[in-house]
Amino acid sequence: MASKTINPTRMELNRLKGRLKTATRGHKLLKDKRDELMKQFLEIVRRNRELRAKVEKGLEQANAAFTVASALMSPEMLEQALLYPKQSVELDMKFKNIMSVNVPVYEFHTKNEDPAEIYPYGFAQTSGELDAALEALANVFNDMLELAEVEKTMQLLAADIEKTRRRVNALEYVMIPQFQQNIRYISMKLEENERGNITRLMKVKDMVLQEAHDFKQPANG
Amino acid sequence: MYKIAVLGDRDSVMGFKALGLDTFFVDNAEEARHALHKAAHEEYAIVYITEQMAQMISADIARYKTETTPAVILIPGKTGSLGIGAQALQSAIERAVGADIG
Repeated sequence: MASKTINPTRMELNRLKGRLKTATRGHKLLKDKRDELMKQFLEIVRRNRELRAKVEKGLEQANAAFTVASALMSPEMLEQALLYPKQSVELDMKFKNIMSVNVPVYEFHTKNEDPAEIYPYGFAQTSGELDAALEALANVFNDMLELAEVEKTMQLLAADIEKTRRRVNALEYVMIPQFQQNIRYISMKLEENERGNITRLMKVKDMVLQEAHDFKQPANG
Repeated sequence: MYKIAVLGDRDSVMGFKALGLDTFFVDNAEEARHALHKAAHEEYAIVYITEQMAQMISADIARYKTETTPAVILIPGKTGSLGIGAQALQSAIERAVGADIG
């Protein structure tokens, strides 16, 4: 392929042999990395599927409850009831290293420990459906948080697997064959030179001998 | 300390406010885009966005796929799931595996 541009020298040959060795080693390592990433990825995908189904179902219920609540209450009342939240959530983010991919791990805490604090309104003026809706939402929230973690992990892993896969393929199908071909080309060229050299020496020897002793080599010696 | 944002139409995200999340009411693609980028630049680690909004600004969401923050997560809005979240999962698998493994 690229044999037109390389020098058939021993130095180049050694250099290429070294690169081939590195490439083969790198290929093996990257392949292992890809396989392990894939394994983790599939696990995460499974978890993601479960969580997504759960979250979507939970949110659907919460939304349904909200629809009922908003039908029973005037929009202004609803707005007013939810205007000032009593609860607030803070999120801590750490990173976990999966095969040199940094994925987030979330940890959240609420300012108010009391689970009843999600109702930022007095119960007198609001309908009970609103309580139900908020409770449904609170229930699904933990799963939502985990979904966020898992889904982000999945996205990051997917991007990295794609990158690793490309690298493995580039090494396997382009770099390594190219090196092998070039090494072959150089060693052939060097051998050819060697043979040419020997023939030339033999020829010179014949000529020198003939000149010195008028000696004739036997025809097939 | 990070925060969590919820983007979507008023009826879909109202409830999250009570849970203590920051909600942004957005009604069209322009507002959604603006809110998303704003949230990304501030200290939001997770941005939940309704599928209804997400499908209008999918290009903007794709930009954050390879960033560590924020995690942009699609949730069904008040009209129910559109299956976009599940679809995104499928496309991530396709991306990783290099083929659709169903």
